[in-house]
Amino acid sequence: MQRAQADGAYEMWKEVLRRADVQWIHDEVKASGLRGRGGANFPTAIKWESLPDNGLPRHLVINGDEGEPSTFKDRVLLEGDPHALVEGVCIEAYRIGSHRAFIYLRGEFALGADRVQQAINEARAAGFVGTNILGSGFDLEIVVHRGAGAYICGEESALIESLEGKRGMPRIKPPLPIHVGLYSQPTVVNNVETVCTITHILKMGGAEYAKLGVNRSTGTRLAAISGHVKQPGVYELEFGMTLRDIIFGIAGGIRDDKQLKFFLPGGASFQWLINSDEHLDQVYDIDDISAKLGTTLGSGAIMVYDQDTDPLLVAWRLAKFYAHESCGKCTPCREGSGWIEKVLYRMSHGLGRPNDMDALLDISAGISPDVMKAPFTQTTICPLGPSPVSAVASLQKWFRAEVEAACGTEAQA
Amino acid sequence: MINVTIDGKTVEANPGDLLIKVAQENGVYIPRFCWHDRMKPVGMCRMCLVEVEGIRGLPPACTMPVAEGMVCHTETPAVKQAQDDVLEFLLVNHPLDCPVCDRGGECPLQDTTLAFGPGESRFVEEKRHFEKPIPISDVVLLDRERCIQCARCTRFADEIAGDPLISFVDRGGHTQVLNHPDHPFASYFSGNVVQICPVGALTAKPYRFRARPWDLATVETSCGQCAVQCRGALQSSSNRLVRLLGVDSDAVNHGWLCDKGRYGFEYVHSDARVREPQLDGKTVSWPQALDAAADALRSARDLHGAESIAFLGGARGTNEDAYAIARLAKGVIGTDNVDSQLGDGLPAELILGVNRAAIADLDTAAAIVLLAPDLKEALPVLHLRLRRAALECNVPIIDFSSVPHGLTREVTHALAPLPGEQGKRAEQLVGALNGNAADAIVAAAAATIAGRSGNIVVVLGRSNLAERSDATVQAAAALAGLANVKFLSALRRGNVHGALEAGLAPGILPGRVTIEHRDAVQQVWRTAPEVPGLDAEGILRGAIDGTIKTLVLVGADPIADFPDRALAIEALNAVGTIIALDGFGNASNQRAKVMLPVTMFGEKSGTTTNLEGRMQRVNQKVSPEGIAMDDWRIASEIALRLGDDFDLELVDEITAEMIKVSPALAGATPALLASSHDGVRIPVREHATEIKVRKNNAGLLDGEGAVSWEPIKADVEAVDVELATHESADESADESAGEAGAAVIDSGETPSADKATITAPTAEASATVAPTAASVLLTWNRIAPSVSLPGRDAYAVRLVSGPALYDHGNAVNASASIVGLRGPSKLLVSAADLQRLGVTNGTEVHVASAKGAFNIAVHAARGITQGVAQLAMGGERGANALIDVGSSATDVRVETIQ
Repeated sequence: MQRAQADGAYEMWKEVLRRADVQWIHDEVKASGLRGRGGANFPTAIKWESLPDNGLPRHLVINGDEGEPSTFKDRVLLEGDPHALVEGVCIEAYRIGSHRAFIYLRGEFALGADRVQQAINEARAAGFVGTNILGSGFDLEIVVHRGAGAYICGEESALIESLEGKRGMPRIKPPLPIHVGLYSQPTVVNNVETVCTITHILKMGGAEYAKLGVNRSTGTRLAAISGHVKQPGVYELEFGMTLRDIIFGIAGGIRDDKQLKFFLPGGASFQWLINSDEHLDQVYDIDDISAKLGTTLGSGAIMVYDQDTDPLLVAWRLAKFYAHESCGKCTPCREGSGWIEKVLYRMSHGLGRPNDMDALLDISAGISPDVMKAPFTQTTICPLGPSPVSAVASLQKWFRAEVEAACGTEAQA
Repeated sequence: MINVTIDGKTVEANPGDLLIKVAQENGVYIPRFCWHDRMKPVGMCRMCLVEVEGIRGLPPACTMPVAEGMVCHTETPAVKQAQDDVLEFLLVNHPLDCPVCDRGGECPLQDTTLAFGPGESRFVEEKRHFEKPIPISDVVLLDRERCIQCARCTRFADEIAGDPLISFVDRGGHTQVLNHPDHPFASYFSGNVVQICPVGALTAKPYRFRARPWDLATVETSCGQCAVQCRGALQSSSNRLVRLLGVDSDAVNHGWLCDKGRYGFEYVHSDARVREPQLDGKTVSWPQALDAAADALRSARDLHGAESIAFLGGARGTNEDAYAIARLAKGVIGTDNVDSQLGDGLPAELILGVNRAAIADLDTAAAIVLLAPDLKEALPVLHLRLRRAALECNVPIIDFSSVPHGLTREVTHALAPLPGEQGKRAEQLVGALNGNAADAIVAAAAATIAGRSGNIVVVLGRSNLAERSDATVQAAAALAGLANVKFLSALRRGNVHGALEAGLAPGILPGRVTIEHRDAVQQVWRTAPEVPGLDAEGILRGAIDGTIKTLVLVGADPIADFPDRALAIEALNAVGTIIALDGFGNASNQRAKVMLPVTMFGEKSGTTTNLEGRMQRVNQKVSPEGIAMDDWRIASEIALRLGDDFDLELVDEITAEMIKVSPALAGATPALLASSHDGVRIPVREHATEIKVRKNNAGLLDGEGAVSWEPIKADVEAVDVELATHESADESADESAGEAGAAVIDSGETPSADKATITAPTAEASATVAPTAASVLLTWNRIAPSVSLPGRDAYAVRLVSGPALYDHGNAVNASASIVGLRGPSKLLVSAADLQRLGVTNGTEVHVASAKGAFNIAVHAARGITQGVAQLAMGGERGANALIDVGSSATDVRVETIQ
C-alpha cells in the first residue's frame, strides 16, 4: 500500500469523491474513446449509457478469467499492481452507482487472487473501500471470486452464471447482462485492463488520452507477445505501430535468427497472418486490421512461429484447447470442436486422409457458416464455437499446399 | 395481437410468444430437441435455427419472441444447411444402436433426421464411449452414449419437479447427464424425463424391451391412482398394458404423471388378482355367486330390515360403477348406510356444498390457503401445479400444516397450528382479514391476501388423520365465510369425488342433492332413503354393536385404510355376512361369503370425476383378467335378482341414466363427455362456457402409438356447446350407445364433434330445466363441530399422520416396478425431542398409544415442532395401528428400548 500510494494510488479516487461528479467521469471516458480490452472492443462509455434506470441494484463485475492460450496481460496487472485494479473498480463503481463489485479471477491465479484480496484489505483499512468511504456517503464492497478452471467463464454471461453458483454456461442473449445480468439485475462486466485504464484516463484527461493511438483505436493497450521471439513478454503498445515494429522491434525478432513463418495477431481465437510485407506492414489498429486482413486484435495476445513450425500441429493444439473447453451447452460447438480436434490430430500425426481438409471446412461451416469470413458468423450461442474454425480457415488460406503435402490430395487418392 | 410473417404467410400472434410456438400453431413445424412448451427455453440444441429478416445470422426460433412485422423464413438454403449440420453433429457421437433401442420407431432423433437431416455422415473417428446403461434410480436407466444433451430431463427435474437430482457433469464432448454420487434420481416424477427424452437415453425398467412402438395400441384415459385423475395415453401390446404416457391437459396435469400413476398399472395383470367369483372360498360360476349375494342381501333385509345392510367403498371405480352401487343400496335395498370414504375424508355436505375451484384457478389466485396433507405424497401432480402457481405465477401460499411437507420451501406464510388447532388458526386469519390480527404472522398473511386481487383458493383435505376431521371442518367453516373464496378438494382416493357425486355417502343422492330432494331419482328408482344413514365410522361401530349385520365392501379394505385399525378389525370380525366386490383379496374381505371379481383400470370404460369436479371419459384398453365383471353390471345383476330390472346394457346407458337423475349433471350427455376436451365440470350448467369440443376427435390418439416426447395435445375447436335438456340427453344416449359409445370401446376412436353438439333445446325447455336444477343443489350450512382437544401429557408427543405415495395398497403391492420404492416406516420427531429421548437418528424406539404399540426407527426432522411426531399411515408400523378415531387427537408415548 505504501509503495502504491507513493506512486499516486488512490489520489484519483479521492479526487473523484471530492468532485462527486459522475458526469465528469463519464465525459472523460467517452472523450478518451476507451474500448473494452477483453477482446470485444466495445466502447466502455456507451456500455454505461445502456444501463437501464429501473430502480434495481446495479453490479460491477470485473472479468479476470484470463484463460486463453497466449493471453497473460491481465495477470501482470493482478500480480504486479493490484491497487491499480482496486482504484479502478472504485471509480467505475462510483460512475455506475454500484455498491457491490465482484472481481472474478481465473482459478489458477492463486497469487493474483491473494494479492488483490490483500490490496482490498489494505484499501478497506485505509478507508478507500467499505461504508461511507472517506465521508462521502458512498458504500462499496469488493468481492474476489476465483473460478474453477473453465475458459468459458471468461464469456461474460457464463461468468455471471458461475458467479451465481451455477454451471458456467453462456446465457441466451438478449437480454444482455447490462439489462439482466448478475441476479437478474443490471450488470456491467469489464476486463481488468479496461478498468485499470479508467484511472489513467481521468489523470490525463480523456481528450489527451485520445490523442494516443490511431483512428478509433485510441490510447495504449497491453499486449502479450509469445512464441518464437527473442523477447517475449507483456508490453504496453500504442495503437498505430506496425506489426513489423512489434514483432521485430519490441519483441526483438525471431529466436535463433530464423525466419518468421506465421503469427496470430489477436490470440488463439482469430485468424492467422503470415510472413508477408502486407501483413507485417499492417498497422496495429482494431478496425483497420479487421477491414483489411479479416482478423482482429482480440485480447491483445500475439503468438509468433518460426520457419520450422508445423501449422497443422499448431492448429491441432488450438483445436484441442477449444474441444476441451467447450462447455457442452450447444450442439455445434460441443460436437464440432471435438470432431475438428480428432481430424486435426490425425492430420498432424501422419494419419491424414486426402479429403480431410475439405471435411474440416464443411464441419467448420456447421459452426460458422461463412468459414473464411471475419468477423465470423456463428450457429452457436457464444463465440467459443467458431474459435477453432479460425485455425481451420487459416490453414486453408495460407497452408493448403503444405496440408496437401502432408495428407495427400484427392487426385493422389 | 401482432402480425408475423412465417414462410410468406402472415399470421396473428400474441406479442412475446416464442416464434417456434407461433409457427407450430400456424402449421409450420420447426424441428427442435431441447424446446418443450412446458419448460423455459434454453436454445441449446440449435435445431430450430431460422432466418429472421433484419437479424444477423440464424437465431433459434425457441428463444425468439415474435414482434410486430417480424418476417421469418424456415426453409431457406441457409436454414436447411444449418439443420443438416446440427443433425450431423448430433449423430457424430450417437451410437446408432437403434435396433435394440426402446425409442426406435418413435424416436424424435430418427424422425427429425429423416425429415431434416443429411442422410449420411462423414465421421470416421471413434465415437465417445460410456458405460451403458447405468441406473440413475430404481426405475430409470441412463444411456449416456445415446444422450444428445438437450437438458430436457435436468430442466424438468429442477424447474418442474423441484428435485434437482440430475445435472450435467464434465464438458465439451464429454458432457453427460448424471445423478450426484450416492444420491439416486429418487423423484416421484422421474418417469416424466423418460417420456420427454428425445432419444433413447432415458428408459424405464417397467417398459424396457417390452414392446416395439408400432405394436402398441393406444387409448386416452384418466389415471385412477389419485383424485387428480391425470390424463394419460394408455398403451397395450398383446392385450397387456405396457405403458402409460402423460397427455397434456391444460386443465389438469400439463402432461406430467407421477411414478405411481405411470408405473402402478402393473397390478392389473398381477397374479394376485381375483379372477373368478368365489362362494365361501370356493370358485363358482357367476350365476351361483350373484344368486348367493342376492340371497344374502334379501334375507338380511327381510329379517333385519334394510338398515342392517351397509355399503363401504365405491371410490375406486368409475362414476357408473358408483352410481349403480348407489342405486342398488339406496334405490333397491333402501339403506342409507353407505359411505365411499373410510373415515379418512371430509363430510360429503362440505365437499359437495362449497364453492369449488378448478386446478387452473391456482394460477390466478390471490392466495392459496393450504389446509391439506402433504400433496407430494397424496396428490403428486396437484403438488406440481401448486409449485408452478407459487414459482411461475408468484401466487403466495398460506400454510396450515403442522409438519414440514413437499411445498414447505414454497410457502409464503406458515401459520403452523399445532395438530387440532387448524380451526382456531383459520378463525384468527379471518379475524386478521377483518382488521383484527391475533399475531404478526396472521397479520402478514392477511396483508398479503389483501394486497392481491382474485380468489382465495383453499386446498382442503385432511392434513392429519390422527385426529378427527372436526378441526379441519371448523377451519373450512371459518374460511368459507370469506368473500371470493373457492375450495379445491384434496381428498385423495381415485374416484372419491365421483362416488360422492353419485350419492355414495350418507344423506346424499346422485347429483349433489340431499335425500330431501328425492324427486329426481324417483323418476327411475323404486325407492329412496328418507333418513340419513351412518358414515364409515358409524357403520363399523354398528357392526360391533350388532345393528349392522351385512356389509358390502366395494373395493374397500377398512382394516388397511380406516384410520383406527383396531376398530376396523373388531367390526369386520363381528359383522355377520361380508359380500366383497374387489380385484384383490385383502385382510378385510378374507371372511367374505361371496367374492365378486371386478374389472380394474384399463379394463373398463365409463367416466370418472376428479377433485375439481371434472368429469372425463375413461376408456378400456385390454380384456379383463379372468372373468371379472364391471361393478355396475354386478350391481345391476344383483338388483335384477332382487326384483328390480335396471334395464341397462351398455355403459353409455348408465351414464345417461345417471345424468338424468343428477341435477348437477343436467345438460351433459354421454356423447358430449366423449368428445369434450378436458371433459365437463360439475355442476355442468354452471361451467357450460368452459366446455370445448375436439376439432378432430381421432386426432389426439388415433389408435397408433402417440408421439410421446412432445406434449400430447388434442386440437380444440371453439364451438359453442349447446347443453342438452334431460329429454334430449336420453335420445342422445340411445344414439351414442349404439354408435359412438361402441366405437370408443372398440377402436379407441371418439365420436365426431357434430354428434357431441346436441341440437339446441327450445328456449322454453332450458328455461324450465336450469333454474330447477340449480336451486336444489346442496349448499354447505357451515356448521362445524366444536373441537375439544385432550390435555397434553408432558411425556407424550401428538401424532400427525397422512398417506405416503408408495403406500401399502394393492396398486403398490402388486406392481413389481414400484413396490421396491416404498421406504421403511419411520417416526419423525423434532431434534429437541430426539435429544430428550437420548437416542441418535435411526434408533428403534417403542411407541405406544391407547390403541396399539410397536417398535420403530426414530429420526429427527427439521421443521417439526417440539411435542409433535409424524408417522405415515399403513403397514404393520403405520399410524393407523395407534389412532383412536374417537379422540380429537392421538398422543403417543415414545420410549427407548432397554
